Amino acid sequence: MSSQNHVVERALRRGARSSDRHEDRAAEAARRVVAHAAEEGLADVVYAPVESPFGDLLLAATGRGLLRVAFPEEDADSVLDRISRRVSPRIVEAPAGLERARRELDEYFAGSRRRFDLTLDWSLVGGPFGRKVLHVTSEIPYGGVLSYREVATDAGSPRGSRAAGNALGSNPIPIVVPCHRVLHSGGGLGGYGGGLDRKRWLLELEGALTPRL
Amino acid sequence: MSRQLPPFQRFLDTHRDVVWRFLVSAVGPVEADDCFQETFIAALRAYPRLREDSNLRAWVLTIAHRKALDAHRGRSRRALPVADPAAVDGRAQGAPHPRDEALWEAVHELPVRQRSAVVLRYIADLPHRDIAAAIGCTEEAARRSLHEGLTTLRKVVPA
Repeated sequence: MSSQNHVVERALRRGARSSDRHEDRAAEAARRVVAHAAEEGLADVVYAPVESPFGDLLLAATGRGLLRVAFPEEDADSVLDRISRRVSPRIVEAPAGLERARRELDEYFAGSRRRFDLTLDWSLVGGPFGRKVLHVTSEIPYGGVLSYREVATDAGSPRGSRAAGNALGSNPIPIVVPCHRVLHSGGGLGGYGGGLDRKRWLLELEGALTPRL
Repeated sequence: MSRQLPPFQRFLDTHRDVVWRFLVSAVGPVEADDCFQETFIAALRAYPRLREDSNLRAWVLTIAHRKALDAHRGRSRRALPVADPAAVDGRAQGAPHPRDEALWEAVHELPVRQRSAVVLRYIADLPHRDIAAAIGCTEEAARRSLHEGLTTLRKVVPA
């Protein structure tokens, strides 16, 4: 009996072996699940890669607004894990939900947009002071800069330059919340989560820095 | 750090193949797609309430099993479950080997619980414990259903 069971089991497993066609059909069906979920608003967070002069940025948004802009070298899995933990695990890849952000970033990088008209979701910003710092930062106009001390002061803590620097360093929505416009009061560039080259590049794009020869 | 739920997209990408193969085997290629959509939409709705240490594979196959049951109940005509969706027109490349066709017909004729046990074991490769969880019975009952299913199938497979 058991040897005959083996024959049955082998035949069943033969049918179970995944073929390319199975995988294609499953992938296609999964895409339709995601499209349906995004259309019906069943997902809490949508994300998509968006091309930029820095490489592919990872954008994520909720119904409240843009939640995250991640630089290409950030690990996408960790970025999404953190969103899953802090916001919701109901996350799907759906470019349609990020179309407006993509277009505004395109225009910004092309030099034809000076301010973003996007609503923002601050869920990933830690602490009330961090939120104040990023809020102050979001009001710095195109082409302008503030020092860390000025930002800290405007956020209500004149001695909080270092804490302001930390909040800016972990800005979840860089470029759109322009933390690149915050510099050392002595004129030094300070730091930047995306790397100082990019900070300089953005400031030159905006005309706040003269390109170095 | 405590375990956490993966982002839904990753969960979907990880388990879509096994759910697809389970459904094609359980309800046939025609109805598999509707069941697949219903399975993962139901999973998405329930996802945030799921315990973080859940066995996600067994969980989603439990939902798929229920959707397959619903499809059987609501079915107006019987689709032939085969292991390959291309076999729907009976001619396409990749149809089950002729010697397996009788077997898959016999799988289709099994009582629902036995069929799910067989398919979960050999298509989805689940251990008995997870089969029991998926079809909502004790582990021993799952073993019995599997045994009974195989006993029936033995009769149609030439030794």
